[in-house]
Amino acid sequence: MLSKRIIPCLDVRAGMLTKGIKFKGNVDIGDPVAAAEQYYEQGADEIVFYDITASAEARDIMIDVVRRVAERIFIPFSVGGGIRTVNDMRRVILAGAEKVSVNSAAVENPPLISDGARAFGSQCIVLGMDVKKVAPTAQIPSGYEIVIQGGRKHMGIDALWWAQEAERLGAGEICLNSIDADGTQEGYEITLTSLISASVHIPVIASGGAGRPEHLAEVLTAGQADAALIASMVHYRTYTLAEIKDQLRDRGIKVRNLW
Amino acid sequence: MIGIVDYRAGNLTSVARALHYLGEECRITDDPELLSRCSHIIFPGVGAAGEAMANLRLSKLDERIRQWIAEGKPTLGICLGTQVIFDYSEENDTACLGIVPGRVKRFPADLAEGGRRLKIPHMGWNRVALAREHAVFREIPEEAEFYFVHSYYPAPAEEKWIIGRTDYGQPFCSAVARENLVALQFHPEKSGRPGLKILANFCRWGGTDAE
Repeated sequence: MLSKRIIPCLDVRAGMLTKGIKFKGNVDIGDPVAAAEQYYEQGADEIVFYDITASAEARDIMIDVVRRVAERIFIPFSVGGGIRTVNDMRRVILAGAEKVSVNSAAVENPPLISDGARAFGSQCIVLGMDVKKVAPTAQIPSGYEIVIQGGRKHMGIDALWWAQEAERLGAGEICLNSIDADGTQEGYEITLTSLISASVHIPVIASGGAGRPEHLAEVLTAGQADAALIASMVHYRTYTLAEIKDQLRDRGIKVRNLW
Repeated sequence: MIGIVDYRAGNLTSVARALHYLGEECRITDDPELLSRCSHIIFPGVGAAGEAMANLRLSKLDERIRQWIAEGKPTLGICLGTQVIFDYSEENDTACLGIVPGRVKRFPADLAEGGRRLKIPHMGWNRVALAREHAVFREIPEEAEFYFVHSYYPAPAEEKWIIGRTDYGQPFCSAVARENLVALQFHPEKSGRPGLKILANFCRWGGTDAE
């Protein structure tokens, strides 16, 4: 039986973590490579890097981060943020990332998904979706709309339609982020997650809202998610990965044992 | 020296990085002469069977791989590298190398577990239940999990070549061994500590099944 994946997400700007991550002994780590290595050793099943760098020259710094991470951690990791072309994908994959994640660039240019899948295989292409709850309309029948720019720009696209379209185009996985739940630490958007997960044949990673282990338990069962993205709850040492996995195991959810 | 066969099937550097981390010397190459001089061969791969076989035929590496395996060189197949070792793959209706009799099948679309439809590809961490002991799996605990990402799985013609099975809606063959060949459906290079242990075991393996 497949284990549910627990995936820490690291935000990187110009080669540094945007928020320091505290580990045992209160060591503050600003180096994404060291942080990734710590999570790897603690039992992360995968790691997501999100590059929030704006300038082109700083992108080369991210490639260097990817290269150094790939030398030291031997689990899959993905890189998202600022990937707009197949060539951007190629650089990240050749540097050692298992997967690349595309979000707004795919909304604006859907063939980016199919071109990426053709070049590297579907298993490499993760579609990141930022979703906001809206009143259902003829255009947005599910009541969930695709937004970009951190939720500031509404795209007039139904999230359910986009998830299925992305699968048809060749996305291998969906990372589904609820803008409404993001940052609240009050739990994932369960209705949205189960709606999307039940409507596609590819794995769905739930994102946004994780604050306590029971939130993960809920999204991995009722939410039908295949994996759960976490950030603050581990970055600030509120929980360790082992504690989260123990609690999930106690609730009958299969997670990977660290050996 | 460990030779990693480069047949343009995805990014092969992750295997090389894992070997480097283990302190093993390796080369990623499509040069048959260089590969012939290697003590061990790793045959990895990510992508589709049809294109992989076309590349192997074009580069004539198909003949050489058959030869190295026949000569007794310890050889490790990974993922797509494992699948193309069989006679035939349902993926792109592809005739494969035919080194091990058997077929590669697609997971059925209605695969389910506990009343819930399962996603395809099978992507993530899962166990491998060993059917018997093998040097390449030495000191791997039963509860270890490995990283999989695939929609097709091998079905060897002979039960005795199956050394590991994994459960995903149905049991499927996830590890194959025959003489000097070991072939894995999962990615040891992306499977954390147990995966690295398998690679280390392989690099130290002399290539006889009884070891």
